[in-house]
Amino acid sequence: MGYETHIESVPGSEDKDIMLFTLSTCVWCKKTKTMLQDLGLAYSYVDVDLLSGAEQDAAYQDMWKYNQSTSFPTIVVNDGRQVILGFDEGELRGLVREVTENE
Amino acid sequence: MSDREALRQQLELYDTRGYHLNPDRGFTDSLLDGLLINERRYGYQACPCRLATGIQADDRDIICPCDYRDPDLNEYETCYCGLYVSQALINSGGEIRPIPERRLPREVRQKIMAETKTESMKATGDTSADLAYPVWRCDVCGYLAARDEAPEICPICGAKKDRFSRFA
Repeated sequence: MGYETHIESVPGSEDKDIMLFTLSTCVWCKKTKTMLQDLGLAYSYVDVDLLSGAEQDAAYQDMWKYNQSTSFPTIVVNDGRQVILGFDEGELRGLVREVTENE
Repeated sequence: MSDREALRQQLELYDTRGYHLNPDRGFTDSLLDGLLINERRYGYQACPCRLATGIQADDRDIICPCDYRDPDLNEYETCYCGLYVSQALINSGGEIRPIPERRLPREVRQKIMAETKTESMKATGDTSADLAYPVWRCDVCGYLAARDEAPEICPICGAKKDRFSRFA
């Protein structure tokens, strides 16, 4: 880690631990954040382009563990038990459906 | 006029040459703002949907229009960001979807670059000895120019001189 202070949290349903690696300028990242919010899911995110030096390297390395193509957004669910690459609406909606089914 | 609108007008000039902006203005507004932010941040308009290093030599292939736009338009009807779309997509009124990343990851790019360097050091003899002029290729659109130097700006796609590579 090393970039913890730059991780932002958005409140919502906390059934799953959702962490996003995003870029502040990327339109698909913005769509992903908006969709998670609309679905009412809590998530954390870090805008990797706003980090610099060692902090950016640390975030890049963490992201690489889950997505070797290092594309944005990378959505890490429950510490990597599920990884969603890019703005995949079906997969993102699935996060809610599974939560409901477990109840 | 806002910087964003000025950039939009500049990019729209290439419409008649087959490079069409995505007609979804809200979508492209966001990307044009991203390009302007990157221009302020790095000194050039790096792709808003990719992580730039700030070192121009490393980011050269993702300065918009990127080296991957034309192959992506051919294969997926949209570029990686969705700033540019094909005429076919506009005509069909279809919605654009995210597409896979064509650019190789940083580690692979660095490895290839190191290998290419070693090879070019080994290479001997000038392959262009029989040509009256060297040939320069635009890495963005493939335009070829047989002349002493690459053009200042690509007459087809508007890419700058530093996007030309020696072809022959």
